Amino acid sequence: MKKREFWARLRRNKLAISGLILVSGLFLVSIFAYYLAPYDPGQIDLNQVLMPPSAQHWLGTDTLGRDVLSRIIYGSRVSLKVGFVAVGLATLIGLIVGATAGFYGGWVDLVLMRFVDLMLCFPSFFLILAVIALLEPSIWNIMVVIGATSWMGVARLVRAEILSLKEREFVTAARALGASDMRLILRHLLPNALAPVMVSATLGVAGAILTESALSFLGLGVQPPTPSWGNILTAGKDNIEIAWWLSVFPGLAILITVMSYNLLGEGIREAIDPRLKE
Amino acid sequence: MWTYMIKRLLLMVPLLVGITLVSFVVIHLAPGTPVELQTTMNPKASLEAQKRLRELYGLDKPLYVQYWDWLKRMAFLDFGRSFSPDRRPVWDKIKERIGITVSLNTLSLLIILMVAIPIGIFAAVKPHSWFDRGTTLFVFFGFAMPTFWLALLLMMLFGVYLEWLPISGLTSLGFHQFTLWHKITDLAAHIVLPVLVAAFGGLAGMSRYMRGNMLEVIRQDYIITARAKGLPERTVIFKHALRNALLPVITLLGLSVPGLIGGSVIFESIFAIPGMGQLFYGAVMARDYPLVMGELVIGAFLTLLGNLLADVGYALVDPRIRTE
Repeated sequence: MKKREFWARLRRNKLAISGLILVSGLFLVSIFAYYLAPYDPGQIDLNQVLMPPSAQHWLGTDTLGRDVLSRIIYGSRVSLKVGFVAVGLATLIGLIVGATAGFYGGWVDLVLMRFVDLMLCFPSFFLILAVIALLEPSIWNIMVVIGATSWMGVARLVRAEILSLKEREFVTAARALGASDMRLILRHLLPNALAPVMVSATLGVAGAILTESALSFLGLGVQPPTPSWGNILTAGKDNIEIAWWLSVFPGLAILITVMSYNLLGEGIREAIDPRLKE
Repeated sequence: MWTYMIKRLLLMVPLLVGITLVSFVVIHLAPGTPVELQTTMNPKASLEAQKRLRELYGLDKPLYVQYWDWLKRMAFLDFGRSFSPDRRPVWDKIKERIGITVSLNTLSLLIILMVAIPIGIFAAVKPHSWFDRGTTLFVFFGFAMPTFWLALLLMMLFGVYLEWLPISGLTSLGFHQFTLWHKITDLAAHIVLPVLVAAFGGLAGMSRYMRGNMLEVIRQDYIITARAKGLPERTVIFKHALRNALLPVITLLGLSVPGLIGGSVIFESIFAIPGMGQLFYGAVMARDYPLVMGELVIGAFLTLLGNLLADVGYALVDPRIRTE
């Protein structure tokens, strides 16, 4: 599909554009966190413990008197990092497995796809927790574990695309010209299969952010004092009877972020395949 | 039907073996062996004791022997003993909690079906109506809502501010002395929030899926025929269209099992419900390896069972599957 056509369709999709604006906004917030945050996110002030939102602290303070707004702003960095690294890894594994299975077929396909089925049998949150229990919880470990347990969808997608593409004439032509398997896959097949992968990666970022926040909330993700939306919510739960602002605002940040990636993903999907929009 | 069932059951065997293999690999990712961990926590353990422990777990044997031994024990649901001070067998610990998790998840599946299917039907029958637009918005929220946050908000609203519902555990103090009716209402009050939270995530997906199916079916020729012969719209939708639109839902039900089981870790630990999820969370926090392993295998097994039930259910209602 033509690039210009794609952008033109994407531009006309209001939801996609609002998603794109929100996602870019989040990027800017996490890049310029230092300038945007009114306070140092780690600055403890024991005279200002659990203060409700006020002119001084717009979103209140936490149990150590730290400014919640500043911590949420810095927390966006964690979400961004986890989203991109985890999904990058998942997409990479998915591309390799899916392309190999689809291209070579036969028993290679059989073995790889049975492995995909197998991985889908595990409740992924159980698998993630088990691995986290063995390794130490840290932002790098979570990114790797989320990536390593969420590639199966991409693999199936890529395999299906490759299967339908590999019998086409342009592939036969390239093969006749003596292109190697590697070249066929990388130059001729994968580029034509990228569109649906892009959609699933965008939606995947949303999923990875949700998983990270849940892990951090359970104390098995990003460790304090590094602020993440999930671990601010842990304090929210511990103080649920006295400090509503600790529970409400970080969750809102997660909701808005995840929603904007979903909007963008759906928008891209519709721009790629307009038939989907009834 | 029977050949289909047998074929389907045979397909499960390699998956079962695979599940145990992956779990086995996962547990051996551990930086320290289980024995090291048990003895470093207890500095009094002598070298002799360490050796005995290592032999007990068979860690001095080659990996494939270890795996085979473990597999043999697992055939009898013997997952070893928990590392926690009570040292109870892992299966005993899981056994007493599995019922709670399975029944809560079944309940939330029922709620998902009861709410999502009507939403999907009405949204599809009148696409782009205000109802359809409203539910689309709801679906977008549903997909983006972190369930643990929803749990916190509901706890805050109904538990703390309105004080209508209890926010933790399954029963109140003194449950044993309650009358039967009191017992039922007490239990219901305790599980309403956890079940709602567990159902919420699936609700969005299922109603969206149902709407898609329904839209697809309504476009078919036989629906036009049904309308053309003058059947009332109600009959066309609920008798002719609904049946075919419901079929793929069975598959989605099976597919949603791993998500529900995984999600039970979250809602059970938030609402302090003594189920498998809470047990697993505790095991992870305490690095109780045998228990983590047992939970992992049982969780995967439940998923497999869910998929099997869905496939069999599908075959029961759709004869095309059986003859394939």
